[in-house]
Amino acid sequence: MLSMLRTLWIVFRHAFRRRVTYQYPEQPVPLPPRWRGRIILTRDPDGGERCVACHLCAVACPVDCIALQATEDEHGRRYPEFFRINFSRCIFCGYCEEACPTYAIQLIPDFEMGEYNRQNLVYEKEHLLIDGPGKYAGYNYYRVAGVSIGGKGKGEAENEAPPVDVRSLQL
Amino acid sequence: MNVAGPSFAETFVGQLVIVTSILMLLLNLVPLLIWLERRLLALWQDRYGPNRVGPFGLLQPIADMIKIFMKEDWIPPFADKVVFVVAPVVVVFTGLMAFAVVPFTPGIVIANLNVGLLFFLAMSSMGVYSVALAGWASNNKYSLLGGLRASAQMLGYEVFMGLSLMGVVMLAGSFNLREIVEAQRGMWFCIPQFPGLIMFLIAGVAETHRVPFDLPEAESELVAGFHAEYSGMKFGMFFLGEYLGITLISAITVTLFFGGWLGPWLPPVVWFALKTGVFVCGFILLRAALPRMRYDQLIGFAWKTMLPLSLLNVLITGAVMLATK
Amino acid sequence: MATIYVDNKPYVVNEGRNLLQVCLSLGFNLPYFCWHPALGSVGACRQCAVKQFKDEKDKRGKIVMACMTPAAEGVRIAVDDEEARQFRETVIEWLMANHPHDCPVCDEGGECHLQDMTVMTGHNYRKYRFPKRTYQNQYLGPFINHEMNRCIQCYRCVRFYQDYAGGQDLGVFAAHDRVYFGRHKDGVLENEFSGNLVELCPTGVFTDKTLKGHYTRAWDLQTAPSVCVHCGVGCNTTPGERYGLLRRIHNRFNHDVNGYFLCDRGRYGYEFVNGERRVRTPLLKRDGALGPVTRAEALTEIGKVLSGPAVLLGIGSPRASIESNFALRELVGPDRFYDGVSARERQLLSAMLSTLRAPGVHSPSLREVGEADAVFVLGENLAEVAPMIALQVRQAVYRSTVPMGERLGIPAWHDSAIREAIQGRHGPLYLATVTGDKLADVATRSWCAAPDDLARLGFAVAHCIDPTAPSVSDLSEELPGLAKEIAGALRSAQRPLIVSGPSCGSLAVVQAAANVAISLSAAGAQHAALCYDAPECNSFGPALLDGHGLDEALQAAKSGSVYAAIVLENDLYRRADRAAVDAFLEGAEQVVVIDHTVHDTTKRADVVLPAATFAEGDGTLVNNEGRAQRFVQVFKAQGDVQESWRWLGELSRTAPSNGAWQNLDHICTRIAETAPALGEIARVAPAATARFLAQRIPRQAHRYSGRTAIGAHVNVHEPALPEDPDSPMAFSMEGFPSTCSSALTSAYWAPGWNSVQALNKFQAEVGGPLRVGNAGVRLWEVAEGHDHKYFEVIPPAFQSREKEHLAVPLHHIFGSEELSVLSPSVAERAPASYVAVNFRDAEALQITDGENVQLVLDGIPYRLPVRILPDLPSGVVGLPSGLPEMSWVKLPGWGKIVKEVPA
Repeated sequence: MLSMLRTLWIVFRHAFRRRVTYQYPEQPVPLPPRWRGRIILTRDPDGGERCVACHLCAVACPVDCIALQATEDEHGRRYPEFFRINFSRCIFCGYCEEACPTYAIQLIPDFEMGEYNRQNLVYEKEHLLIDGPGKYAGYNYYRVAGVSIGGKGKGEAENEAPPVDVRSLQL
Repeated sequence: MNVAGPSFAETFVGQLVIVTSILMLLLNLVPLLIWLERRLLALWQDRYGPNRVGPFGLLQPIADMIKIFMKEDWIPPFADKVVFVVAPVVVVFTGLMAFAVVPFTPGIVIANLNVGLLFFLAMSSMGVYSVALAGWASNNKYSLLGGLRASAQMLGYEVFMGLSLMGVVMLAGSFNLREIVEAQRGMWFCIPQFPGLIMFLIAGVAETHRVPFDLPEAESELVAGFHAEYSGMKFGMFFLGEYLGITLISAITVTLFFGGWLGPWLPPVVWFALKTGVFVCGFILLRAALPRMRYDQLIGFAWKTMLPLSLLNVLITGAVMLATK
Repeated sequence: MATIYVDNKPYVVNEGRNLLQVCLSLGFNLPYFCWHPALGSVGACRQCAVKQFKDEKDKRGKIVMACMTPAAEGVRIAVDDEEARQFRETVIEWLMANHPHDCPVCDEGGECHLQDMTVMTGHNYRKYRFPKRTYQNQYLGPFINHEMNRCIQCYRCVRFYQDYAGGQDLGVFAAHDRVYFGRHKDGVLENEFSGNLVELCPTGVFTDKTLKGHYTRAWDLQTAPSVCVHCGVGCNTTPGERYGLLRRIHNRFNHDVNGYFLCDRGRYGYEFVNGERRVRTPLLKRDGALGPVTRAEALTEIGKVLSGPAVLLGIGSPRASIESNFALRELVGPDRFYDGVSARERQLLSAMLSTLRAPGVHSPSLREVGEADAVFVLGENLAEVAPMIALQVRQAVYRSTVPMGERLGIPAWHDSAIREAIQGRHGPLYLATVTGDKLADVATRSWCAAPDDLARLGFAVAHCIDPTAPSVSDLSEELPGLAKEIAGALRSAQRPLIVSGPSCGSLAVVQAAANVAISLSAAGAQHAALCYDAPECNSFGPALLDGHGLDEALQAAKSGSVYAAIVLENDLYRRADRAAVDAFLEGAEQVVVIDHTVHDTTKRADVVLPAATFAEGDGTLVNNEGRAQRFVQVFKAQGDVQESWRWLGELSRTAPSNGAWQNLDHICTRIAETAPALGEIARVAPAATARFLAQRIPRQAHRYSGRTAIGAHVNVHEPALPEDPDSPMAFSMEGFPSTCSSALTSAYWAPGWNSVQALNKFQAEVGGPLRVGNAGVRLWEVAEGHDHKYFEVIPPAFQSREKEHLAVPLHHIFGSEELSVLSPSVAERAPASYVAVNFRDAEALQITDGENVQLVLDGIPYRLPVRILPDLPSGVVGLPSGLPEMSWVKLPGWGKIVKEVPA
């Protein structure tokens, strides 16, 4: 009973405390750098699309709001033909970013995406793709992968030996 | 009182004006209370609460009201339709009826009944029908549980609520609320009847299903309990009933223990409103601070603690009165 | 049966298996790479290590490879042993030391056996810091993509390609850590089963090149059980769809039919479904040109004729489902239903069908073909007309040598040791074909002759087996000996098999094969089997509906009567003479064509209704064995595309008729009532109302992605799921992922098993039939007794003519089939048209390889380049059959080769 009264008193005293609410939108909201907001697609340091259309973000997405189609350029570099995120379904859980093996998809500290028309919440690749690398500035997936792409042949990736010459007599 | 002839307040037209204005006042008070509750809760939780609609967010209840009126009036297909519709009406009706005996000032009272207090008790216990019927008519297990809890809770708390007031009645020697107020000219009954006051307040909170006694609706376990199936204005009526209940209990507390309209300098009606307001705020503070009780604790508390205590209170009051006579 | 102890628990298992197969069958998750249920053990990958103990007291044990250890009585092993577990993890770590960081861009990802096994063993971090080995890739043709870096040297590819499928051009090169799997130089993989490398390779070295063009992860494919439509064998397939496009065909295991494999035509022929030549909306001819109209307009237009005075002729099709053919028969009436094949093919089909349904003749399933121990192929170039039969025949001649190895104490599963022991010997296989066959490398004898001579050999063999069979007079010098040898091999075999078919267009060949089978049965062979291949996916279906011949319908043009024609999924120009078809179509008051693809007949139609392909509709097909199999709709096609039987049902409702069906079950019930030969059709798959735990079966994997974004660019509000009135499957990822019925299961998945090897978990014994039984219903079983009559008409020996040559059809796996050749990848492998000439004839005609000549057939000249085929008999020329650029020619037929004189 006493503890109840004490509780009442403590709560009552809060009437004279400072309020913690940010008066958004007049007052800006301080967002931590790892805030999970709007999703972007980044580019590798060479300026190429980082997304290799592996579909892992799509399958990790618990609300299934990512759809894409893979395609390849003439040198075998894979990239998404289209990449669509339905933000009217997105719950900003960040699983897509965690699943992404190439650091292409990233969630950034921006949440101001409200729209009066739901259709405008469907983002295509041209809305998602930015010009920089975002987080993990130095990473370039195709420099690590074993596939050859334009400008990088077999055995030219990081930590790779030159291709085996099957016809050599070396044993 | 006035032997010269009926005062304006006693004429038919006067009665009509009083009835209408009290009704209007009460109905308009509810949105204000909702705003007040939200603002106060926010204050105690270091927030702002509604502050965007109108000055200080005062128009927020209006917006809410518009919304609640515009919502679809949905009756679940599995519900007992008639009872489902009647249930929320009952709570508003009994709540409003109970105000008929509350003396706002010496002149402003709708029905100056000799058994005013009994009338209040009767009306407030009628309110449980609403909850029980709503829970039953919803045909939903959570609603039914809510209704059952409300009935059991009402049984327990109604008993000692009445008993806790007997001390006051004995001191005033009347069931007429106006006379009870008049009897407090010397000393407010909150002093001699302090245990009665505490018990009445506890019973009152239980009566209005407010935290920490809101077990019939218990969101976390019964998903809103008896009104889980309600929406739109029917849900609004339950809301209305709840806030009417808060006001009623506060007004009766003031009348019975804090000298009603009595007070120096200010007009009686202002004193009455001020005192009532303090108790309303108290209700809100309870909600801001206390967690919900466990169901078995709640019922056990009523029957094993409060009932004996209230009987003891009557006994001691009677004994003291006998001794001082 | 033997009792073995795994982790100290006794299990009763099949003796004569290896421990790996036994452990997998018992449900243990034991990783493996090189072993495959169809390929046996070789012990190359060292992955399936378990610890074996001498007896109960032995606590130390020794690590053995489960796949190389027999499951003998009393064997004690531990799968869950710390040392064995570590061993397996280390092996994976070694394999992964050079495995590239490719998974995100690798087509195998998500259904990769290597991924599964890596997760299963617990290896998760590459400790090896040194450079990774790399390889150059090879161009392997339009079907297979090569990415050699990913190889883990399990040898499955070459073991399948060389040992199982008989391919020569994929091999192993170099040595120790530089082993390379590929061709000796860039080039097309020639074997017709190369596509199976996609499923066999445990990782992404060999991947599907056509899928790469429109890549979709396995978990994103909407699949349904289906049946291949590109030949008469009826292999079970799993087509996968995404965004309205058919993306790939995977094998669907059916122990009785195709087992684990498909041929490349079946695997890569699917792209016609996405082709630009598809009919997507109803077309109506106005002012001489076909233009799109609404379905209501089209139906009204047809309704006018239906209620008019014209006689309605219905021309069915061997590539349409039974349901569609039946719906047509219902609409036009049995008297005016024509089965839509050429007169000669009709004759062959009915001869084959009556033989197969006669008592005493067993029509084997494809699995039984592979279990034969003496095979006589008469007239069929199996690798080209029915490659899967060829593959099974190849297994039959290998398997019949296994007892040789077993006599040396080598268990049957010990593939490498058996092959070492038999030293390339093989069981009796006799090939008698018009031209050389790819099976020749495993044939005991192979003989090329003109169709009539082939038939005479068959009749002679029958006479040798059973002297009451008609004898062949004046056999040429080599034949009596050959016939006696074949007869001897067949008689001494436990399960002799005769394979024949209609592909050389000779009724005598079909009858001769029947005589051999009958003679075997008469001579008391218990398990003699006669396998006819059927030219098209439902050749036997319309034949069982007792349709009339197409030629009778074509006569209508000459009779002067008023008629209209409904042509069901059929290009008449592939069936009959151009002039006759022209006359028929012109003489008709209205020509309605229901088909999915534009061809010459649709161009001449007045109304074209868009039909569903196998992927967009439901239906039942009867294969060469007489097995009825259901294909289930994979995806809802956009627009007005729907099954032909549904269109015909709608037409019936506009006309006073009795076609009151609304869904597949209605029509199947009706078929069972009307056509006694097809009485079992409703049993082929569960009815559409069937539910499993009160739920439908999902077509999508539980990991299907993008549900809320697929159509969001069109409308952010998600549409309702399409309904499926024809099967218990749902176009959804929700439901009960049932494996209750193999006719309704397209995708197999088990926790930790995302690759095709997840199938292990659904077989009673790994490699054996599915627990729930195999899909399909055989429409007839061999009846007891032997009252079948021999065919008596024996053709005279082939006489080459002075100025003329007998033109015979030559089939091509890629090109001869109408639909598959519409797939760009298959078209790339299709030959250009040619005329094949024996080199002796070429010498006599003074023509050389590649030179253009004129071949005059029925008075029509064809200008074709010459191809010299040494195996072709003298006096016979070969014409590729069914190539898109060749018009229909009546084959076999006599023609004249005229050397072109340079102008």
